[in-house]
Amino acid sequence: MSEASPAKAYALHLGVIALLFVLSLLLPEYYHGLLARIMVLAVFAMGYNMLFGYVGLLSLGHAMFFAAGLYGAGLAIIQFDWSVPLAFLGGIACGAVLAMVIGLLALRTTGVAFMIVTMMFAQVFYLLILYFATWTGGDQGMVVPQPARVLSLGATSLELTNPTVRYMTALGLFSIVLLVTLAIVRSRYGRVLVAIRENEERTKMLGYDTFSNKLAAVVISGTICAASGAAYALLFGYVGSSFASVQYSILPLLWVLLGGAATTLGPLIGTLFMYYVIDVTSGYTSAYLLIVGIALILLVLFFPKGILGSIRQRWLEWLP
Amino acid sequence: MHFGPHLLLAALEGLVTSAVLALTALGLSLVFGVMRVVNVAHGEFFMLGAVLAWAITTAIGGDPALGFLAALVIAPLIVGAIALVAERLVLRRLNYNPEATIVATIGMLYIIQQLALTFYGPEARPVEPPFSYRILLPWFGYSGYKLSVIAASALLLLATWLVLTRTRIGLTMRATQYDSETAQAFGIPVGRVYGGVFALGAMLAAIAAVLIVPISQAHYLMGQDPLLLSFIVVIIGGLGSLRGTVVAAVLIGLSDGIISMFFSPTLAKIIATLLVAMVLVFRPQGLFGTASR
Repeated sequence: MSEASPAKAYALHLGVIALLFVLSLLLPEYYHGLLARIMVLAVFAMGYNMLFGYVGLLSLGHAMFFAAGLYGAGLAIIQFDWSVPLAFLGGIACGAVLAMVIGLLALRTTGVAFMIVTMMFAQVFYLLILYFATWTGGDQGMVVPQPARVLSLGATSLELTNPTVRYMTALGLFSIVLLVTLAIVRSRYGRVLVAIRENEERTKMLGYDTFSNKLAAVVISGTICAASGAAYALLFGYVGSSFASVQYSILPLLWVLLGGAATTLGPLIGTLFMYYVIDVTSGYTSAYLLIVGIALILLVLFFPKGILGSIRQRWLEWLP
Repeated sequence: MHFGPHLLLAALEGLVTSAVLALTALGLSLVFGVMRVVNVAHGEFFMLGAVLAWAITTAIGGDPALGFLAALVIAPLIVGAIALVAERLVLRRLNYNPEATIVATIGMLYIIQQLALTFYGPEARPVEPPFSYRILLPWFGYSGYKLSVIAASALLLLATWLVLTRTRIGLTMRATQYDSETAQAFGIPVGRVYGGVFALGAMLAAIAAVLIVPISQAHYLMGQDPLLLSFIVVIIGGLGSLRGTVVAAVLIGLSDGIISMFFSPTLAKIIATLLVAMVLVFRPQGLFGTASR
C-alpha cells in the first residue's frame, strides 16, 4: 500500500466495475443470474474481509449478519407489506443493530475465544429462526412473492425479477460497497485498523482507543453483510434458515482466504473462483463440501495469502 | 406418570447424555489444553466412531455382544490412526498456529462429513445393544444398557485421570501443557506428545460414540450436536481442567435432559448456548477454572 497511487487504485476499481458492466452485454442469459448472485455474495465477503482482513479478527459467525439483512428485508415485505427500498433499509438497520450488540459483547474476548463466541451467537440466531417458525417459516424458509419485488420510482416501476434489472441492481450495490471499502481502507481510520491488526498494544500506547475502533469495524462489517443479505432476499426472493447456519459463516472466510485477505478485490475474486471451481467439479461429483474442505486445508497450508495477496507481494505492491 | 418419576426418568436420560458428553468433551479439552488447538473436527471423529461401529458389527454379525466388543476396540483405533495422520500432515505443518488450525480443522470437518455421506449414505442405521436387560423400577422399566454406559464412562474417566496424574505419560503431557519450550529443553519429544494427544482426543470421542450408538443411531451428521455441547462443557468447566470438564458435563447433560423433557429442545439449546457465550464473555476462565496464564 504505497502512498503515491490513489489514481491508479481508483482506476483499477472503476475498470473492474466497467468490466462487469460490459460482461452483462456480452455474456449469455444463463450467466446473468449466476454473476448477479456472485456479486451479491462478494459483497458479503467484502463485509467479512473488513473485519478479518483489515482488523485481523476471525469471526465464525458472520452468517448472522447476512441472515439479519435477509430476514429483516424478507419479513418486512412478507409480514408487514413494506415497499422494496424501505425493506432494504430495514434489513440493513437490523444488521447494524445486531452488529453493535454482538460487537459490544464479543470484543471483550480475544483470539480463540472471539471465534467461539461469535460462532455461538450465530448458532443462537440460527436456532431462534427455527424456534419462531410461525414467523420465519422455520427450516422451510419463505418465498418473497414476485408481485412484491417491484421497485416503483414515480411513474416507472422496475421488476427485480427481470434478469437485466437484477444484474444492474447487484452491480450497483457491488460498486458502491467496493468504492466505500476502498475509501475506508485508504483513510486514516483504515490505517488505524491495520495498526490494530499488526500490534494492538502498541496502537493503544500511541493513544488510539482500540476498542471503539474495533467496534466501529464490527458495525461496518455487519452492515455490509446485512446489505448483501437484504439484497439477496429482494433479488432472488428466497429467505431460508440455511443462510444463517455455520456453513454460511465459513464460506465468506473461504472466499476471502482464497481471493486474498486485506485486499479490496480479493473477495470478488475468491467468490468468483470458488463458484467456478464448484461449477466445473459438479460435473464429476456432487460432493461440493469435500471441495470446500480440501480448498480450506490447501489454502492455509500452502497459500495463506490468497490469490491477490500473493500477486501484491510479488508484483503489484501498490494494490490496495 | 407423576412428576417425581418423570423427573427421575429425565435425570437418568440426562446422566446418559452426561456420561457420553464427558468423554467427548475430555478429548476436546485435552487437545486444547496441551496443544492449544481448537479442534472443530472433533464432532466428526465422534461420528466416525459411530459409523465404524455400525460397519464393524455388521461385518462380524452373529452375537451382538461380540460385534459390539470388537467395535469398542477397533473403531477407536482406526479413528485414532486417522487423527494421527491428519495431525502429522496438516496441523504440524501449520506450527499449531491457533487461527490456521481452526480453518484447517473446519476443512477436515467438511472432508470427513462428505466422505461419510458418500460411502455410508444419508440413512440413520441402528446398532444392536450387546445385551437387552431391563431394570424394573417401581414406576417404569429402564434399559440396563444405558446404566452400563454411565458406568463404563465413569471407569474410562477414572482411568484417564489415573494416567494423567500417576504415570510418566501423564507427567510428560502435563509438562508439555505447562510450558512446551522448557519441556523440549528437558528432552521431551514435544512433537510426538502432540501427535499422541491429538489421537487420544479423537479416540475418546470415538469411544463415546461407540457407547451411545446402540441408543441413538449412526448418522453422518450426528457430530454436530456433540461438538457444540463439548465446546459448552469445556468452556464452562475451564479449558484443560479434567475435574471441571466432568462437573460441567454432568451439569449440562442433566439440565439438557430435564429442560428438553419439559420444554422444546430448541429452546433448551438456545438458552444453553446463550448462557455459555455469556460465560465466555464475562468469565473467560470458566466457572471452575482458575485465571488463565
